Amino acid sequence: MPPTDAPHVLRLRGLTKRFGPVLANDSIDLDLRRGEILALLGENGAGKTTLMNMLFGHYLPDSGAIEVADGADGALRALPLGRPQAALRAGVGMVHQHFTLALNLSALDNILLGAEPLFALRRRTGAARRKIDAIMARTGLNVDLDAPVGRLTVGERQRVEILKALYRDARILVLDEPTAVLTPQEADGLFQTLGAMAREGLSVIFISHKLREVLAFSHRIAVLRHGRKVGEMRTDEADLPAIARMMVGQDVESPPRPPMTPGEPVLELREVTLAGAGGRAGLRGASLRVHAREIVGVAGVSGNGQAALAALVSGLAAPEKGELLLRGAAPARFDPAAMIAAGVGRIPEDRHHDGVVGSMTLAENLIIERLDDPAVSRAGFLRRGRIRAEAERACAAYDVRGQGPDGAARLLSGGNMQKLILARVFERAPDLILANQPTRGLDLGAANEVARRLLEARARGAGVLLISEDLDEILALSDRVVVMHEGRLTEAPARDRAQIGLMMAGRGAEEAA
Amino acid sequence: MELLDILTNANFWAAAVRIATPLIFGVLGALICERAGVLNLGIEGIFTAGAMAGWMAVWLGASLWGGVLAAALTGAAFGLIHATLTVPMGLSQHVSGLGVTMLATSAAYFAYRTALPDVSSPPRITPFQPMDVPLLSDIPLLGPALFQQTALTWLAFAMTALVWWALARTPLGVALRAAGDNPDAVDAQGLSVYGLRMGAVTAGSALMGVGGAFLTMSAFDAFFFGMVNGRGWICIALVIFASWRPGKALLGALLFGAFDAFQVRLQTAYGGQVPGQLFLMAPYLLSILALVLAARRAEYPRALLVPWFKGQR
Repeated sequence: MPPTDAPHVLRLRGLTKRFGPVLANDSIDLDLRRGEILALLGENGAGKTTLMNMLFGHYLPDSGAIEVADGADGALRALPLGRPQAALRAGVGMVHQHFTLALNLSALDNILLGAEPLFALRRRTGAARRKIDAIMARTGLNVDLDAPVGRLTVGERQRVEILKALYRDARILVLDEPTAVLTPQEADGLFQTLGAMAREGLSVIFISHKLREVLAFSHRIAVLRHGRKVGEMRTDEADLPAIARMMVGQDVESPPRPPMTPGEPVLELREVTLAGAGGRAGLRGASLRVHAREIVGVAGVSGNGQAALAALVSGLAAPEKGELLLRGAAPARFDPAAMIAAGVGRIPEDRHHDGVVGSMTLAENLIIERLDDPAVSRAGFLRRGRIRAEAERACAAYDVRGQGPDGAARLLSGGNMQKLILARVFERAPDLILANQPTRGLDLGAANEVARRLLEARARGAGVLLISEDLDEILALSDRVVVMHEGRLTEAPARDRAQIGLMMAGRGAEEAA
Repeated sequence: MELLDILTNANFWAAAVRIATPLIFGVLGALICERAGVLNLGIEGIFTAGAMAGWMAVWLGASLWGGVLAAALTGAAFGLIHATLTVPMGLSQHVSGLGVTMLATSAAYFAYRTALPDVSSPPRITPFQPMDVPLLSDIPLLGPALFQQTALTWLAFAMTALVWWALARTPLGVALRAAGDNPDAVDAQGLSVYGLRMGAVTAGSALMGVGGAFLTMSAFDAFFFGMVNGRGWICIALVIFASWRPGKALLGALLFGAFDAFQVRLQTAYGGQVPGQLFLMAPYLLSILALVLAARRAEYPRALLVPWFKGQR
């Protein structure tokens, strides 16, 4: 039950922050009650993280005030601005999207960092350990305190982040996109824990752009758009289309997926076995077929061999056993250039790292896969005029908004960077498109644009292999769903959430039915 | 066989430890800076300035320990310049470090020439004297190596233990290591990244200054041009060899000291048949070899060389 008459613990008034010419937050007011879970919703760049960073003291607001109930009497008092130390002391804890953990230290050291007097001849950790053990027992957030954080899984690291805040007696917990890095199971577990802690009086603000989890787990929703608060409502009175409209400022429709008759197979895996890189799961006798005019979604908890599958299809790894056929023929070599030549287009998982060269211009990034193409270079020299003209056309066609073809790629937002990659891939009209987490971290508008382009490619006659951790996305786009578990691929007999969920956890298709 | 004779000669081991002493100070200093995330290429110049300042202070009438203090303060001052340029201002640590090396070296020479405009050989001071620890110094090999040294050598050993303890066992050490791994974590826990990094660079540079002073106040008894002769760069390499651990840093410095002492003795033994330069080259060659073997697995402090700015996330 949402607490509607509990006392207020936090009051933000008129918070404004500018970064150069950009108004990141424009006079935002927000209230939070004891034991309440508030979802802060908005597209990328709407100003959610900026607002929370001001609350926590990372940023100094240009104007506005923050009041926190920081004592036993529950009275709201002004919080000194721009100082994380003051926020921590007032009971505000923050779990950052990019974890603020020192990987070379143990979990215990990370939790105690800054919580103990800095100048001491030795550390007294006994009492601290007892306190953390008590918190872990109460909340179920268990981690090995002595393990170096670098060896913990992402889910465990997030627990350390939350423990850090709780150890400092946080009464208000801010989480910035806490589920972006979690598997669906971990995400549900996290929200159950947060719900239980809220019933004991913890107030929670979480940032998200996943509507489903916001509707399922929050008490109240505040929506930001372009730095302004554009709406606020009780979750039990909210409806999905209304929120989506509020976030984007216009009606959004998922692109339609007209039925199509699949054609010849464009990709076939036959019992492929492949060791994973760096101790990660590989493929163990995986078989798969993707036809022309078909989108095949690979669902699965991350770390079950998706990385190996993507590496194989992009030509970064060769099968140890089994066969890979493109349009019925084995590729000449297993390297990226051969795969590109054989008609594979790749949308990589980590677009910043593998997708673009950040310091190069948009135009250069667009031609980087085809430097020997006569349209791009002649006699060893780049045809600059032609490259630039093509880049201008591609940026317009794919709506890449940035500083034009001569701007550096790293200056693009995530959505625009993805559109740049789409332009590079789709301009070559590939037969097979490997789309690995194509909408991860994108806002609703940009994600819909990606989906629309993938469906367009399908209509043109391409086959699409879509790897995603977002089951909603897979169900919305795919003609067929295969489930990946421990390096094996199993076709899901029906597009059924619950059944696919069980298969992701390792049950056979018959069992799960 | 002369090779074996050298290894079983107590003088050889005593010389190895003596040669290693300034390197121990230097490598500990560089290690503290780098653990906090700042590479300090000012070390070569800070060695020179420390050597100059310590010797000059004693020549002007200070006590020997007063000279050590002067060297430490001089080192700290140049460290503070480097820290200011690289931490709050976030400039390139390479460029700033090399600049500090040139500045500190020139400043030392300038001070020397200003104080002694027309001497051909520098005035000598009475340096630290080797001290015999009764009984312990009679242990074969180990006794002369460890217990017939000057107080500065013992200070170097003590500093190794102290730095190890401070990094591993004190809250300050934990915070310092966190600043070199993920400064955002330090900031999010309400500690000052600038304070930690600047403090580490200043303290580390003070140790480098003392390392330089050993040259003029213990190994020799006067200041000469070019006497540091690349020892600072050796320390930068030794930090990597040591994987940023104080215990291994001590080991690395002693290893280099042993190589160097060994080649001096080989020169005397075989000098007639083989060019001396080959022997001079040997310790550096062996250091590179050891570095190649050890550094392949080295795990760098993740935020080393990466500037951090408050309010930019």
